[in-house]
Amino acid sequence: MSRKFLRALIAPVSAAVAAVVISSIALLIAGKDPIEAFREMWKTIDSTQSVTIIINNAVPLYISGVAVAIGFKMNLFNIGSNGQYLLAALIAGWAGAEVSLPPLLHVPFVFLVAMVVGGSWALIAAILNVTRNVNVVISTIMLNYIAIGLSAFLLSELFRDEENGGLVAQTKEMPASAQLPPLNALFEWFGFNFGEGVELYGFLPFAIALGIGYYILLNRSRFGYDLRLSGSNPEAALSSGVNPKKMVLITLFMSGAVAGMIGLPYLMADPDFHKYGDAFPTGLGFTGLGIALLGRNNPAGIAAAAIVWATIERATQRLGPIGVPPEIGRILAGSFLLVAVIAYEVAKRRNDAAATAAAAQATHDERLAAGDDDDTGRGSPDGPTPTATPAGGER
Amino acid sequence: MSVIIPNEEEANADPVVRAWHERPHWRIFLWTVVGVAVMSTARLLSGNDDLTSSGTFGVALRTAAPVALAGLSGLVAERSGTINIGIEGMMVMGTIFAGWWGWEFGPWMAIVGGIFGGILGGLLMSLATTTFGVNHIVAGVAINLLAPGVARFMANELFTDVQGGSVTSSPGNSGDIGEFTVPFLSGGELFGWTTPNIMEWLEDTGWFMIADVAGFVLGVTSEVSWDVILTVGLFFGIAYLLWSTPLGLRLRFAGERPSAADSLGVNVHLMRYTGMAISGGLAGMGGAVLVLFANRYQEDQVAGRGFLGLATMIFGNWMPLGTAAGAGLFGYAQGITLRTNPGELVRALVLAAALGLLVVLAWIVYTQNWRAVVPMTAITLVTFWAYFAATEPNNQLVFVTPYVVTLIAVSVGAQRLRPPAEEGIPWFKGMQ
Amino acid sequence: MVSSEATGNEPPGEAGREHPVAIQLTDIVKRFPGVIANDGVNLTVRKGTIHAIVGENGAGKSTLMKTLYGAHKPNEGTITVDGEHREFSSPKDAIAVGIGMVFQHFMLADNLSVWENIVLGDEPGRRFRLDVAEAHQRLEALGESFGLRVDPDALIGSLGVGEKQRVEILKVLYRGASILILDEPTAVLVPQEVDELFASLRDLVSNDATVIFISHKLDEVLKHADAITVIRRGKTVGEVPDPSTVTPSELAELMVGSELPTPETRESTVTDTPALELRHVTARGDDGRDVLDDVSLTVHRGEIVGIAGVEGNGQSELVNAIVGLHHATGEILLDGTDVSGWSTAERRGRGIGYIAEDRGKDGLVMPFSLWENAALGHQRQEPYSKGPWIDRSGARSQTAEIVDQFDVRTPGIDVPVFTLSGGNQQKLVVGREMTSEPTALLAAHPTRGVDVGAQAVIWDILRNARAEGLATLLISADLEELIGLSDRLLVMLRGGIVAELDPTTVTPQDLGSYMTGARAGTT
Repeated sequence: MSRKFLRALIAPVSAAVAAVVISSIALLIAGKDPIEAFREMWKTIDSTQSVTIIINNAVPLYISGVAVAIGFKMNLFNIGSNGQYLLAALIAGWAGAEVSLPPLLHVPFVFLVAMVVGGSWALIAAILNVTRNVNVVISTIMLNYIAIGLSAFLLSELFRDEENGGLVAQTKEMPASAQLPPLNALFEWFGFNFGEGVELYGFLPFAIALGIGYYILLNRSRFGYDLRLSGSNPEAALSSGVNPKKMVLITLFMSGAVAGMIGLPYLMADPDFHKYGDAFPTGLGFTGLGIALLGRNNPAGIAAAAIVWATIERATQRLGPIGVPPEIGRILAGSFLLVAVIAYEVAKRRNDAAATAAAAQATHDERLAAGDDDDTGRGSPDGPTPTATPAGGER
Repeated sequence: MSVIIPNEEEANADPVVRAWHERPHWRIFLWTVVGVAVMSTARLLSGNDDLTSSGTFGVALRTAAPVALAGLSGLVAERSGTINIGIEGMMVMGTIFAGWWGWEFGPWMAIVGGIFGGILGGLLMSLATTTFGVNHIVAGVAINLLAPGVARFMANELFTDVQGGSVTSSPGNSGDIGEFTVPFLSGGELFGWTTPNIMEWLEDTGWFMIADVAGFVLGVTSEVSWDVILTVGLFFGIAYLLWSTPLGLRLRFAGERPSAADSLGVNVHLMRYTGMAISGGLAGMGGAVLVLFANRYQEDQVAGRGFLGLATMIFGNWMPLGTAAGAGLFGYAQGITLRTNPGELVRALVLAAALGLLVVLAWIVYTQNWRAVVPMTAITLVTFWAYFAATEPNNQLVFVTPYVVTLIAVSVGAQRLRPPAEEGIPWFKGMQ
Repeated sequence: MVSSEATGNEPPGEAGREHPVAIQLTDIVKRFPGVIANDGVNLTVRKGTIHAIVGENGAGKSTLMKTLYGAHKPNEGTITVDGEHREFSSPKDAIAVGIGMVFQHFMLADNLSVWENIVLGDEPGRRFRLDVAEAHQRLEALGESFGLRVDPDALIGSLGVGEKQRVEILKVLYRGASILILDEPTAVLVPQEVDELFASLRDLVSNDATVIFISHKLDEVLKHADAITVIRRGKTVGEVPDPSTVTPSELAELMVGSELPTPETRESTVTDTPALELRHVTARGDDGRDVLDDVSLTVHRGEIVGIAGVEGNGQSELVNAIVGLHHATGEILLDGTDVSGWSTAERRGRGIGYIAEDRGKDGLVMPFSLWENAALGHQRQEPYSKGPWIDRSGARSQTAEIVDQFDVRTPGIDVPVFTLSGGNQQKLVVGREMTSEPTALLAAHPTRGVDVGAQAVIWDILRNARAEGLATLLISADLEELIGLSDRLLVMLRGGIVAELDPTTVTPQDLGSYMTGARAGTT
């Protein structure tokens, strides 16, 4: 492991320690034994079965994190991914059940519908931003609530499966051609044993591909350069010839399109679902915001954050029997997030200062004393006059 | 040392002579009258008296209050330099504490508890944004994710073993906060004597425009709960604080030009903390108002009102009056969804919107703004079509009305917005 | 009489003998991460004098003054005011003993009124009541007694640079300061305004106030100061108790260790091939007023055309209109092709080079690495990209070349650009634009805020490019730079071009009167 990698771990690890301390204090206040609680949590996750379940649960969280990270990278805060994925999952689930296609076409078809629906919903916010200067945070959150109402309406009025009784509001189950088989066979072929009744869902490869695609787009493509540029310094982006309106439209559409896929692991790979209904998981979009922030908008970081989050959720599930409220998991995750974003900022400032000092040393600058005099501009990554307005954040 | 040569054309220019209808106060009055006329026409055409009834306005005021407080919370935060996306979370903190103290100690303590919980959230966020310089939106998102967890944990500890309580709900407040009715105007009591209710009489006549205004006045002056009155008072209080006290000037400088404040010895970080404490307190009180309305803490009862508050603040261009107006609009939109026949009311509101668009269209033609005619005609026709073609929306669609109205409001609202110049930018000593 | 060492405690020369010491700074050391801004500075300022602190950009002048004003604490050293030892933990403490400071970048909130900006921190009235009437009265009285009049209710954003400076000075006087520090007060003023400023300061000084001002313009220092302290690389390198005893070149020698570079151009290389032509370019500002008023101009190959003007008279908008950042009507011809309907990307791709007026704002992306910054504005072109992909190796080798050719001092091309000094950042910007071989270069304040070394390098680059046939539109607030580099000078006032002048005959004084509209016409 390189030193750089280890140094990057300092902030999240100290945040984790702080989160454990905070949660322990909360447990102590509630009169519970934190040591016992954490021991029980460890027991819960210490099995192949648990690890598999954690990975299964982490996949949608991961997609959710990537979805918002795309926007975050250019300071475009799409906080309405929740509505985008619910609407996308509903329509994709319905459309997927309505058509019959061979698997090689059916799977891409469901993907396409979900991405187009999610992307289009986010595009409304983008259009309002570029034409009417409406703040993206506000419009995406309003559209989020509208999507929740709209999807409930569509489900009960139009897309409901009438044949399977009217009691539960849900769409028709998608045919096998639209389902993704579990990956057990693949791993067992390598001699890995999952144990009874445990399935590693088949969406994992798509999630990995998504992460790689996101990385390449961001770091190797001209579009990714323009995106990061718009996020770091929108004015420089503008005078370098980037069209900010086009960037807002494309980026929000992409963010929404990826958000549209958040529900697909359940829809396509989870045998409990294969359909959209009242039981469909909600709130994954909001969690994704936290995952993206924890993972610092970086694909590997987001993956790690998704696994940590899923682990916390899993670990705290069975605390009830020992008298510890499972809600401690939400404190654990929430405080971890808050401390982590602070720790990242502190680490960033330290590194920036160190980099400045190192550069001054290395160049043996004649004007070593030049320092922080008003006009040199050295030493602050935010530039001498911080006037950054987030792209799409103008109101 | 006169330095800039005065611009002569500018200095000698005659004050622009404006037509009477272009003078600001006349304009506002004129459009208010037109608005009342449109609503009244829609009421008469749809035959739905509830569109402008005192009952509707009463509920509207009630539902507007928490959003208004959230908007005011955002206003104080942003004026003092912090973009507060965490209002939602601070309101959640407010609801849990209000639910707890309201149940233990009564409704007034619910308000105190709500403010306390909100301040906790505000200070926590300020720790991240002010002291550590975390991106304000990132910190706000973190607060919004943390607060429901804290609330649920607390609810689990406090309410699960109590009669009538559960992890998602408090047992209920002990006692009612009470309400106030204005004498004469709305038949309030004066020294034990029930005064005549003039507005009610006027409303019952059903007269064009007069009944609607009477409905409005009656709605906002009768049986107004004390927490709502307190909310209205806070608008005046905060406006006074920001624009008429030294502290207010310093708070605003923390948002407009922190370096200038620092260069004159004003402690910028203290100002930003103060702003966030006030902001958190107002948000928390918004949560308390929700708890008082529902008479108990309920999980997820904030339901996006923090964000709605932010939207109303932007709609109001970072000014208290505009924020209050935005909240009123939202409150009305939500208020009608809580009446007995919301679907019908929403439809009547669409009719009112169509009529309003017709008036705007007429105005556009009158002022010969030909470029706007085609799109405006299209929008007007679509709205009329929506009214005639669509049947009564069901409950799920009615639920989205306030959010749609808010989204439309911020889209068509003033485009020349003026947020505080340096809000959202972490500030540290030595920065320019 | 020049003493080449710090002589803070020695007896003063003739001029200062009758004045008691107002400020005594001894062995001030101030460190920032990675740099030592002040490394043992000594300064003695006498009461009732105008004292100049000179030094080149980055010498540590501002840092020293901020220390004196309590904006930060020194790591070592002592401050004595009027004979008493002081420690300032905030400007409040400095204000309390009568010190006030006018910063180089105005510390004013554009969206607030003049009176709000002035009374902040020392508001009239009670704790819960801001006394607006009292504030107006006090400003009125101040304006009266010092002859500094500004409308107290005007918004700062609506004021010109000179008026803003007046507000800054009022701010200091409002607090009853007897010691005024002014950081580069003349940077944005034309010569006539400079004279007026010093006349006002002289008035103050004759009423027993003390003025310290920072400058690197030697002629004005020699003309107006009663005493001079020279700072170089964070150290005091000279004290001049009587400026009449030194020459500008002696002072320059002290300041930078050599003669100051001059921007003189050599023989004319102007051709008659127009590279950049503007015809009737008109643009509106946000408030609907014309910020560019029917501007027509031509820049030929091998020519540098200088634009002079008081800041805010349309120069920025002119550059933005040409780059395509500000909507404008009229024709903009690049090599004979009308590009006025083109996007910014198309214009820059076609050969418009752009040195932004504020590199921190839109010239560089501070957290990006050097090579990513080298691609800025050229990210659609080889060698920075290939089709839709960034060409990392191409971009990196190009950057290495820029760093090499333009003397950008950096530990590598992968470090973030904020780690570089201002001068090196600017050399990167200029080098980046030059290597893309533009047809026309828009150079806005190309040497603003850089040290003399970098300034000389940048001037050389511009001159060489001119010799090779580049058409340059130069905008600068530094009149010497404008006169020295330009083949022709155009003066902008209120969005229009009001005069065309010959730089070989015009003096800064003349230029100043054209810039303020006191004179009009063409020489």
